[in-house]
Amino acid sequence: MAEVLVVTSGKGGVGKTTSTAALGAALAQAGQKVAVVDFDVGLRNLDLVMGAERRVVYDLINVANGEARLNQALIRDKRIDTLHLLAASQTRDKDALTEEGVRRVIGELRERFDWVICDSPAGIERGAQLAMRYADLAVVVANPEVSSVRDSDRIIGLLDSKTERAENGGHMEKHLLLTRYDAARAGRGEMLSVEDVLEILSIPLLGIIPESEEVLRASNVGSPVTLNNATSAPARAYLDAARRLCGEDVPMSIPMQKKNLFDRLFGRRAA
Amino acid sequence: MNSLGMNILSLFTRKSTAPVARERLQILLSHERSTSCNVGLIALLQKEVLEALAKHIEIDPDKVQIKMERRKDVSLLEIDVEIPIPATDKPSSVASKISSRPRRTGQAA
Ligand SMILES: Nc1ncnc2c1ncn2[C@@H]1O[C@H](COP(=O)(O)OP(=O)(O)O)[C@@H](O)[C@H]1O
Ligand SMILES: [Mg+2]
Repeated sequence: MAEVLVVTSGKGGVGKTTSTAALGAALAQAGQKVAVVDFDVGLRNLDLVMGAERRVVYDLINVANGEARLNQALIRDKRIDTLHLLAASQTRDKDALTEEGVRRVIGELRERFDWVICDSPAGIERGAQLAMRYADLAVVVANPEVSSVRDSDRIIGLLDSKTERAENGGHMEKHLLLTRYDAARAGRGEMLSVEDVLEILSIPLLGIIPESEEVLRASNVGSPVTLNNATSAPARAYLDAARRLCGEDVPMSIPMQKKNLFDRLFGRRAA
Repeated sequence: MNSLGMNILSLFTRKSTAPVARERLQILLSHERSTSCNVGLIALLQKEVLEALAKHIEIDPDKVQIKMERRKDVSLLEIDVEIPIPATDKPSSVASKISSRPRRTGQAA
């Protein structure tokens, strides 16, 4: 039976699309059948990050409204054949997506894949609520920064009230993915630490993705970072997170930066 | 001290800001998480406070404001009641507008 996972955050630009592509690819690399679905209607980007932008013919809205069959709209990845993309519409209005349409598409995807990963748009409005509506579990993406953490807290509230699972009295499983983590700045006390964010949001930690230029490099060439450079630090962090999603017990280390000479001399430390 | 000196000094003494961020978030979020459940409580308090006051004084229901503010360790419940002054007690409208200044002692220069 498929797991439907929503990647969500409230705030934009924290790394949802990057994480959807990387986790989707990582799970597919492990032999799982994966569909990644772009819910960011009007601002689609997942196709670009996955390098499939020139192959999009039909999209989520076409399938949800019965204008195309799922088979016609699913784009198989050229590198891993168990990885598929369902793109968002670039031209349609976001209100063209109905709850009933989404329910049918997710239901159909459930039958064909092991993982259905929904890339949420930013915000807490209708688009974000549709993306999470039929999810079984959620990856909450946050950066170690006040506005991102606050928005994540709002999203956690929505996950616990506006999803079908929550409405039926079920438990919504939520995991924190801390992205764009800069160990040097956290070490100097310039950024919230992992412990701070965990204590404030109090959901379990799925992974810590370091801030890395490898992410930009991978998106430049249209390849999920786990495929583009599997041994890079962010790729390894995503691969570990994917293994945790599959129930493996993978130890986690908090990225640390050795203190530099300046910090040693002047004894700067995080309080 | 010139500004260059200030900048160099501030490099040495710069404090980490993360603990401030953490503290602010904790206070804010505990407030935001609780506002939804407090709405009912505040409405109830508003009604009962009004009823209690109405037995003894005449008040305008719109002039009773109840607010809840969550601090780190305690919550502050603020009840603000505006009581109209009976017409006979009011100072005359002109009297209240005559300027009053502190009395000056000593000699004029
Ligand atoms: N770990 C990271 N290190 C460096 N840059 C990152 C990282 N994660 C995301 N980014 C960059 O941040 C920007 C926003 O990421 P994106 O995944 O599109 O966010 P969202 O989908 O949440 O809006 C992109 O330019 C992306 O390349
Ligand atoms: Mg995105």
